[in-house]
Amino acid sequence: MPRLALICLGLGLLALVSLGLGATNLFSGPLDSGMVLAVSRLPRTLAAMLAGAGLALAGVVIQQTVQNRLVEPGLTGTPEAAMLGLLAVTLWAPGAPVGVKMGIAALAALVGTAGFFALSRHVPRRDPMLLPLVGLIYAGILGAAALGLAWATDLLQYVSIWRSGDFSGVLRGRYELLWIIAGLAVLLYVLADRITLLGLGEAQARALGLNWRQTVLLGLGIVALATAVIVVTVGAMPFVGLVVPNIVSRLWGDNLRRNLPLIAAMGAGFVLGADILGRVLRWPYEIPAATVFAVLGAGLFLWLIHAPRGRHGR
Amino acid sequence: MIEIEGLTLTRGTLRVLDDVTLTLPAGGVTAIIGPNGAGKSTLLNCLAGLITPDAGTVRIDDADIHRLREPERALRLSLLPQGQTVVPRLSVRELVSFGRWPHHRGRPGPEDRALVEAALARFALIPLAERLVEELSGGQRQRVLVAMAFAQATPWMLLDEPLAALDPRHARDIMERLHEVAASGRSVLLVVHDLAIAARYAQSCICMKNGRILAAGPWEQTVTSDLLSTLYDTPLRLADVEGQRIILAG
Repeated sequence: MPRLALICLGLGLLALVSLGLGATNLFSGPLDSGMVLAVSRLPRTLAAMLAGAGLALAGVVIQQTVQNRLVEPGLTGTPEAAMLGLLAVTLWAPGAPVGVKMGIAALAALVGTAGFFALSRHVPRRDPMLLPLVGLIYAGILGAAALGLAWATDLLQYVSIWRSGDFSGVLRGRYELLWIIAGLAVLLYVLADRITLLGLGEAQARALGLNWRQTVLLGLGIVALATAVIVVTVGAMPFVGLVVPNIVSRLWGDNLRRNLPLIAAMGAGFVLGADILGRVLRWPYEIPAATVFAVLGAGLFLWLIHAPRGRHGR
Repeated sequence: MIEIEGLTLTRGTLRVLDDVTLTLPAGGVTAIIGPNGAGKSTLLNCLAGLITPDAGTVRIDDADIHRLREPERALRLSLLPQGQTVVPRLSVRELVSFGRWPHHRGRPGPEDRALVEAALARFALIPLAERLVEELSGGQRQRVLVAMAFAQATPWMLLDEPLAALDPRHARDIMERLHEVAASGRSVLLVVHDLAIAARYAQSCICMKNGRILAAGPWEQTVTSDLLSTLYDTPLRLADVEGQRIILAG
């Protein structure tokens, strides 16, 4: 697998850069460099990589599930629903342990995503642009509800943190929930064929013996949990789930058994790269990774639409 | 053998299937014909277990199809649904390989690979095997989907309008191959609109109108000019030219 090796090599280089980059000089700074690495740099690097992989994987799963390449978790109301869930716990059970908060957010995200899925079944398929637009409106409504609730209860600050993905606050002890994504990635790899089958449509997938309902529910659950974890720990990040699966699909096709690792690695690399850029562009200030990626992602997406088709090979 | 008993399905006020009872012996090519909206696709989807009827049963080779779970159904029958709109970015070989999925559920063995190659060969897809399905013409794409259903190696193959939008050459090409498939002992059941094709390749036929079976049985004993005219509400004539059945308008 030279492709995967190449992407992982790039990812490794980015990780090294990310570890070396920060306010403290690792070699001649006043602080113990081992401590800086363990408490701040490594957690931040890992968080960016895990979040990126999670966003990209969630993107490909939702795209296969609704059979539309122009959809991503940011267009399915998933982060907004997760925020509603978080707001609800913050309001009614502020003292709940973080695991419970996480669970409620994930559950709300699942309900929101399932709502989008139910909606998608009624959207005509002739024009693929229609579903993302419907998703945009749906996400807008949920987002407005979250904002309204937050405004009424003086929690707007939280919402603005959840809405813009940023790794500057990541420290040891504050990002570990993101390891859930590693577990989800393994689970997805086991399910790879089934997710590919979802992309063939309900009738064909069921005719090929797929337990369609169960697989859809599992897929939506994975999307919801990954998104909720990311929103809770680092904040939502648009475009990653759209751009990465599309690049991989365009270059190397839709066989997920082969391509899921590529999607995860590329998502990790893109988000880490965006975080590094955000750290150096206005040194010593930082630009949130989500903002950097929004600009980068828009460019990548335009390229994607116009780029010549890649060779689809082994 | 497929035994259908009292199959009824209502959608709103419309009886899509109206007490359909029918026994279909195994073997050969059977065409389901009838005007648009007659319930042909619905019947096929009911047989495949994708639609649960309001009443009635479908038994395929002695198993109640609506009591089986999807993985078990997929070992007894394959289905090509109507109008595949979204085409995944898979190569021809990858897509046809998914026909074996019900058997290996993710762990293909040498036998599965051999059967995929056999399906590719049977439908003349070897030269296209590495091409992306989305790059193919409509006719080639349809052949790939039929090959995938074939690779499933089920006793019954159910095809919903496999010839839709195909030119005569491609339509004939697919039918010739399905004819061979049936000759090798499988049962092929397909919805088809082209009566000339049905007349030429189907040994038996099911004539549907308004959710009911007007007639069913071996083509020779069932299909007459009168039946076709009644079926389609337009004068049609069955003729014999140089030993081949043809349909004439008027």
